Amino acid sequence: MNTTKVGIPRALFYYQYYPIWKTFFEELGVEIVLSDHTTKSIMDDGSKTCIDEACLPIKIFHGHVMSIKDKVDYLFIPRFTSVSKKEYVCPKFGGLPDMVRHTLKDLPPVIDTEVNLRKSGKNALKAAYEVGGFFTKDRNKIKRAYKKALESYREFREKVKKGVLPCDILDKKLRKVKKYDVPNLNIAVIGHGYNLYDRYANMNLLDKLIDMGATIITVDMVDGETIKKHVKVLPKRLFWNFGRKAVGSSLHFLERDDIDGIIYLMAFGCGIDAFISDLIERKIRRNKDIPFIVLNLDEHSGEAGMDTRLEAFIDMIRWRYGNEGNVSAYG
Amino acid sequence: MKVTFPHMGNTYIVAKALLDDAGVDYIIPPYNNKRALEIGTKIAPEMACLPLKINLGNYIQAYEKGADTILTTGGRGPCRFGYYCEMSREILNDNGFNMDVITLEVPQDGFTELLKRIRKVAGSLNAFKILKIIKNTTIVAKRVDELERLTYKIRPREIRKGSTDKIYNEFQKKVRDVKGSSQILKLVEVTKSRLLRLEIDKDYKPLRVGIVGEIYTTIDPFSNFYIESILGNMGIEVDRTNTVSGWIIEHMLKAIVPFKKDIRYKEAAKPYLGTMIGGHAQETVGNTVLYAKGGYDGVVQIYPLTCMPEIVAESILPAIERDYNIPILTLIIDEMTGEAGYLTRIEAFVDLLKRRRERAEIEQNFALSGN
Repeated sequence: MNTTKVGIPRALFYYQYYPIWKTFFEELGVEIVLSDHTTKSIMDDGSKTCIDEACLPIKIFHGHVMSIKDKVDYLFIPRFTSVSKKEYVCPKFGGLPDMVRHTLKDLPPVIDTEVNLRKSGKNALKAAYEVGGFFTKDRNKIKRAYKKALESYREFREKVKKGVLPCDILDKKLRKVKKYDVPNLNIAVIGHGYNLYDRYANMNLLDKLIDMGATIITVDMVDGETIKKHVKVLPKRLFWNFGRKAVGSSLHFLERDDIDGIIYLMAFGCGIDAFISDLIERKIRRNKDIPFIVLNLDEHSGEAGMDTRLEAFIDMIRWRYGNEGNVSAYG
Repeated sequence: MKVTFPHMGNTYIVAKALLDDAGVDYIIPPYNNKRALEIGTKIAPEMACLPLKINLGNYIQAYEKGADTILTTGGRGPCRFGYYCEMSREILNDNGFNMDVITLEVPQDGFTELLKRIRKVAGSLNAFKILKIIKNTTIVAKRVDELERLTYKIRPREIRKGSTDKIYNEFQKKVRDVKGSSQILKLVEVTKSRLLRLEIDKDYKPLRVGIVGEIYTTIDPFSNFYIESILGNMGIEVDRTNTVSGWIIEHMLKAIVPFKKDIRYKEAAKPYLGTMIGGHAQETVGNTVLYAKGGYDGVVQIYPLTCMPEIVAESILPAIERDYNIPILTLIIDEMTGEAGYLTRIEAFVDLLKRRRERAEIEQNFALSGN
């Protein structure tokens, strides 16, 4: 059977919403062509074509689009203006389809349906009708597919809230519980999903931390209600969805006694991270004596430098607990 | 209470008219300068955009002169400017500057909170008087913008180079000493007639360049190295759609009162950028199209490094460049921008525009030269 093929770049909101897209398209009988995991050539292609000033994730996105554009009938690049009430996503998401369209040549038709939930959450269904309209005229079928898609998203969120990393769920990876001879550390990692879960872009940051004996807690694992409760202390509402979640969860991390250190992973040139990381750092430094580090990613990031900083950070935490006594002075 | 406010080009004239009329005690920070930028760069987040850094410098220089309250405006995103007020509050606080930040916007608590804030600054003024002040202030903003637009026309045509700049600089200096909207308006009129009396070359047909981009860096001459004056003195007539009055009317007054907004640029931007994505991205794209359609010879886009909306616009501009055959120059500004490199780029761009015109004039018998 010859089915329609829709290309989904494995970048940006893939790490947040792929379960929805997957179920939705499969229910409509559409074949999904997912681009590969980020590789050196994808990143290089992206940074060569995209304008220099864009941030790393946007460049990577361009690379992913290039890798699949010739294999598909449609490209799925929805225009995310807002994913929550009274809040926005980064402006680059709102202009993403236009950026891609005017930067890359010879593209298949782009599904650039706008997702704007700023005024009402009901607009999501509207967007689903529009996307579904590309493949079927049967509105009931679309609605059913949408409902199922939401169902699988809920499942996905439940798993994440229990502490499973989204990238592990998406890649169907099972982690073995390893035994370490040092006590386990709880490290909170704050950052956009597409920075945290893209293994190539962040040079395996999460795996490295886990290998050093850390349990990872990310912003996605914090409950929505908890975040809501904590951001109330801000005098002005944060109008970025990620910003609100990040500030809310870091305040929550500060309250918890079992968090040993906080890492903020940001991408060079990210406007939102520039403000949010600063805001969070100020809140942390004022309120608690807890190790905090900001790691910056760009396409030139050297892995060795990153490793050194990570190791130093973890060593420092262990030192604080006096666990370094067993290390021989002679290596 | 001594109020101060951030600089953005001629905004201080408008703010002065407002505060004079309202009888509020205020301090105008020294006009944007290197030291202000240095202070801001030191205490702001490294990756923050340039306007925040300059604003912080303004606040601290005003603090040194005795100001204790900051009057600024806000926004609802997604552009970062909407959170400037909170960032400034936190940063000043952490650095030991005890200043109060009052944001003039409709906050989440609604209108009453805004009125409360206005009362805090304006004291016992009644609603009627406040409306009258707002009206007069808007008129001042419009007149000052008209004066600025007049300099765009006269500068490339003046016979004695530098005379427009001289008169205009004098105006900017003198305006600090007059009081209230009525006297400011009088000074604007005097300056206008002085400019109109200048000797100009009436037959000269200058090249025309439109300036688009992020609002602060396009409006504020310190951040864009006085680009309007540079281009004007090279004999080029400039035009700029971002203006102080436009900003006050479109973004502040119309956000509160639902008047009809000017949406020509939206129509023009549609084929390239379908929706509002924050900041001035849609204006940049739309106005570039309008300039191209209006027969302009070139467009200059200016924005501060890491400005999110303008990055989207920049990636779209090449398509307009191609479709309308109009050269576009993008200038990105941060605290490290060197003036010499910046000037070279502008000069090269102007040379390109001149060549294009010459070439168009001799199109019929045009041939490449020997080498």
